[in-house]
Amino acid sequence: MDFTFNEDQLLFQESVREFLGNEITPERLRAAWDTDTGRDPALWTQLAELGLAGLTVPEEHGGLGMNALDFVLLAQECGYVALAEPLVNHALAGVPLLQDLGGALAEAWLPKAATGEARIIAALEQNLLVEDAHVADLLLLERAGQWYALTQGEFSLQHNASVDPSRRLFTVTVNDAVQPVASGDQARRLRLATLNRGALGCAAQALGLAQRMVDMSVLYTSDRQQFGKPIGSFQAVKHHLANVAVRLEYAKAPVHRAAYAVAEDAAGAGQAVSQAKLMACEAAGLAAKNSIQVHGAMGYTWEVDLHIFMKKAWALANTWGDAGFHKQQVAGHIFADDAVLGAGATFQ
Amino acid sequence: MNLQYTAQQQAFRLEVREWLAGHVPAQPLASFDTAEGFQQHRDWEVILNQGRWGMVTWPEALGGRGCDLIEWLIFEEEYYRARAPQRVNQNGIFLLGPTLMEYGTEEQRARFLPAMAEGRDIWAQGWSEPNAGSDMAAIRSRADHQGDKYIINGQKTWSTRAVWADWLFGMFRTDPESERHRGLTFILVPLNSPGITVRPIPQLDGLPGFAEIFFDNVEVDVSNRLGDEGAGWAVAMATAGFERGLMLRSPARFQETARRLIELYRANETTASADPAVKEAVIRAYLDAESYCLSTYQTACRLTQGGKIGAESSTNKIFWSELDQNMHATAMSILGARAELLPHAPAAQGVGSWLDGFLFSQSGPIYAGTNEIQRNIIAERMLGMPR
Ligand SMILES: Cc1cc2nc3c(=O)[nH]c(=O)nc-3n(C[C@H](O)[C@H](O)[C@H](O)COP(=O)(O)OP(=O)(O)OC[C@H]3O[C@@H](n4cnc5c(N)ncnc54)[C@H](O)[C@@H]3O)c2cc1C
Repeated sequence: MDFTFNEDQLLFQESVREFLGNEITPERLRAAWDTDTGRDPALWTQLAELGLAGLTVPEEHGGLGMNALDFVLLAQECGYVALAEPLVNHALAGVPLLQDLGGALAEAWLPKAATGEARIIAALEQNLLVEDAHVADLLLLERAGQWYALTQGEFSLQHNASVDPSRRLFTVTVNDAVQPVASGDQARRLRLATLNRGALGCAAQALGLAQRMVDMSVLYTSDRQQFGKPIGSFQAVKHHLANVAVRLEYAKAPVHRAAYAVAEDAAGAGQAVSQAKLMACEAAGLAAKNSIQVHGAMGYTWEVDLHIFMKKAWALANTWGDAGFHKQQVAGHIFADDAVLGAGATFQ
Repeated sequence: MNLQYTAQQQAFRLEVREWLAGHVPAQPLASFDTAEGFQQHRDWEVILNQGRWGMVTWPEALGGRGCDLIEWLIFEEEYYRARAPQRVNQNGIFLLGPTLMEYGTEEQRARFLPAMAEGRDIWAQGWSEPNAGSDMAAIRSRADHQGDKYIINGQKTWSTRAVWADWLFGMFRTDPESERHRGLTFILVPLNSPGITVRPIPQLDGLPGFAEIFFDNVEVDVSNRLGDEGAGWAVAMATAGFERGLMLRSPARFQETARRLIELYRANETTASADPAVKEAVIRAYLDAESYCLSTYQTACRLTQGGKIGAESSTNKIFWSELDQNMHATAMSILGARAELLPHAPAAQGVGSWLDGFLFSQSGPIYAGTNEIQRNIIAERMLGMPR
């Protein structure tokens, strides 16, 4: 039993945090809002140069051969800066799915994924709208119980504007002539695996977002004065943020356990992911609610950066399975006749 | 990361399970807040200690097994699964014990540790006073140093299990000129000393689970001082840390409550499902209890690898106490009109011990430093907000 990350994983997190912290400022995020794609090709190149695009690509295809457990702390850091580039989908969902599909498709695309030359985006039928379909070099799309591997030109897109200008969402129509690459049982298995990976990515980013909102709120309330002192010295304000800290603290281990279960392809991975996503998105939701409150009217403005993180947190709660979906998953487990629950059951 | 138990850990689990299966009393013991139940629980500690299961994390020389924190968690899981009796000497083994190991002299450790492990000495805590609750630094009870004695005068209150306990550890003002955190000293007091009056205080269930203690020129040998004179605050903070922390509120307790809550819901589903909020609360209970377990394991692994516990440990006390309160409130909703019935009421069949647990869960956010005080600590020390 060892529930800790190793030195390498922690060092990698450290260096990615530093990079993202320096590069992805709210100003840079805002600048991308006004561009056509909303994406920042120079930034994607930088991420690829750091090895992040190829992180989960097998070594024989030019990647680092790492897994969800190696990536989860990095996904948290992506959340912390509200990264808009589709790195989490690419590394955690797209690339592993491509590997699972295997064959000539994987042979052709994995090397390009490793260098960042190709962005691989995975999307489930369940995710009504597809994020970043417009910048996908290879879109792995589930429709009507089948998987399609699509390049630009093999589908058409309709843009759906989001309240979060960083999010680019599309309805996708697959051209008639295109044939699926997986169907039946295989497609179902791929859906479950992809759902776990995508939802894990949301959960990890939600942890980062929640932490960011707490940090911003602590800074703001330490600085802003009313009644002759910093508002952060008032107990009502403190307790708002302490409440977030409590929920956030207890959402971390579930997310890390889920990453482990996904990496190990464990039988209970689906359960672990549902629990993680519920805990993490709930913590992020509370962080948003309490952070805007302690910011006062400032928090309600377009100008102050808080909304960048709030909007992302709100959106993540409803993608890759909303709370209702994941609670159903948990309920299915705990109310089953043969459920093994209680003390000692967690790691069995 | 490797979330599998080692073969050794699994073998340890089986050993605990087997021993408990052969020794846990078939009938639940009477409440340890009664004279009869207190004695039964004391007797149980003797049996537990004979099997060397009294305090598995203690060194072998002290009757323990030198277990690490992971084995401790496994032990607790088996203990709660087996529905073994509550630990009547928990103040001693979980709170004073670790404090003695850190601050006690060789002589004090030899004198007190084995006796508490064997259930011979049951300890009560004496921090709170009528005017020193959340504000513990307002302690006024005095211990005047005269020769090789302290002469104690004053009053402690809310002292759990003091009605039948043998000893009390607590904090007293040794420097009458001092204020607040200074001039306080940690002293161990035999409760049968002349000049002590213990007045039981009935709790919500009507039983005298805690007591007021009056000190009238009580003489205590200076060798009963733990740590230096005037350094009591630092010693007490270590003890309080243990109380909020890891060992006393093992996840197993809450996971078993969550499991029983799920069972209760299923057994009463036709009526309980009328309120969708109840099902939601049951799911919530399971999620939170599991998260508490996962976090505890993660912390335990970090600590066994030499990590330090930080200010984030204050989140722990809020999390488990609110979880416990929510779970029991949910059980009350499921039981509906039967929830308020005492166990011997004719219509109380199937209500189990939920009422007792519900009442007790109301105290969790109060004792061991109220949750408001914990929130202040989190905001100031963990988040760094201005004072
Ligand atoms: C079941 C039980 C067992 C106990 N066992 C023991 C024991 O064995 N030994 C012992 O010494 N004590 C024991 N206590 C006492 C316990 O430590 C105190 O009750 C606790 O510290 C709170 O003090 P108080 O009751 O005086 O409440 P108060 O301090 O009067 O607090 C009342 C309310 O005011 C709030 N409040 C007070 N100050 C602040 C502040 N600065 N900021 C925000 N809110 C504040 C509190 O949070 C609480 O909600 C026990 C209590 C209970 C309920």
